[in-house]
Amino acid sequence: MSIGAILLSTILVNNFVLVKFLGICPFLGVSKKLDTAMGMGLAVTFVMGLASVVTWLIQHYVLDLLHVQYLQTLAFILVIAALVQFVEMVIKKTSPGLYTSLGVYLPLITTNCAVLGVAILNIQSGYNLLQTLFSGLGGGLGFMLGIVLFAGIREQLETAPIPQWLKGFPLALITAGLMSIAFLGFQGLIR
Amino acid sequence: MNKAGKILYNGLVTENPTFRLVLGMCPTLAVTTAAINGLGMGISVLFVLTCSNYIVSLLRNFIPDNVRIPAYIVVIASFSTIVQMLLQAFVPSLYASLGIYLPLIVVNCIILGRAEAFASKHTPGEAFLDGIGMGLGFTVALVLVASVREILGQGTLFGIQVGLSQPALLMSMAPGGFITLGLVMALVNKLIVRGGDKA
Repeated sequence: MSIGAILLSTILVNNFVLVKFLGICPFLGVSKKLDTAMGMGLAVTFVMGLASVVTWLIQHYVLDLLHVQYLQTLAFILVIAALVQFVEMVIKKTSPGLYTSLGVYLPLITTNCAVLGVAILNIQSGYNLLQTLFSGLGGGLGFMLGIVLFAGIREQLETAPIPQWLKGFPLALITAGLMSIAFLGFQGLIR
Repeated sequence: MNKAGKILYNGLVTENPTFRLVLGMCPTLAVTTAAINGLGMGISVLFVLTCSNYIVSLLRNFIPDNVRIPAYIVVIASFSTIVQMLLQAFVPSLYASLGIYLPLIVVNCIILGRAEAFASKHTPGEAFLDGIGMGLGFTVALVLVASVREILGQGTLFGIQVGLSQPALLMSMAPGGFITLGLVMALVNKLIVRGGDKA
């Protein structure tokens, strides 16, 4: 698959949140305001790109060499957790400005299943290193697109008259469902 | 109600992980296209949650506070790998249909959440019961949502033909997951919570 096709696929056709249901927790949890959604989206894109590359290296140069593929889940989640911690420390040291805007989201990303999900999918699809990098970045951008659009809609919903029992999560889920229908329109762009 | 009953009831109803705590949404949405998948995922999570709760609680006095999260993750990842291997060996069809969401049990926030919030502060016996209660609550929610989607989307329930000869395929696809879960959650709010304290 070419790089362009991978980007198109991960951002639109197989959008991580709206089509594949990965990373729903932050999608629902951090989407009440537009700017926090933007921050979360950026942080996730960054970590997903980085984690994709690192887990690809781990899989091919550690797990495959030692023939311990069954440790994949355990190894990947530990690597991702360590990576997130490391990125947090680096950002805190080098750019306090970026840290105040992204820092709060970083710890949450460890348990974002989109990150582990993209790492496992990359291996399953048999991508090479470059394809892996773009698949991770594209997945992150797709997440950002989804969460930013969603946050925009949710900000408007705040002022709408809504029955008490629909308020909050139920209506948010139905909104996401309608967005997901829109994204179904991209099916068929790529085969 | 005695203490054990209270812990179970808490997981099933009062703090139902899906409808009240709104945790573990990814598998809830992704695997609920058919009731049998929902049941399989529910039981897998029940197993991992109960075992990890028990072990975390046993180790709670030995794990240093600042490395507790990685320690919990190792425990959880071990059990979810065990589940993966068991399903692959004995129920390959379920293993295939749960796909990538099986290894993703490890990042299911319910499990880490219970380890942190409950198991690390209670005795192994209580943590075990909490795992059973929360796991059952999750399973019930998954089967409920999956049944609705299977009936509307494919006209069947656990593979048996019921009603609708012309099902709405949309309900089996991604949007159906969001919409069904939203409506079922709204209904649960309306019936059980009666608009009370829920924000």
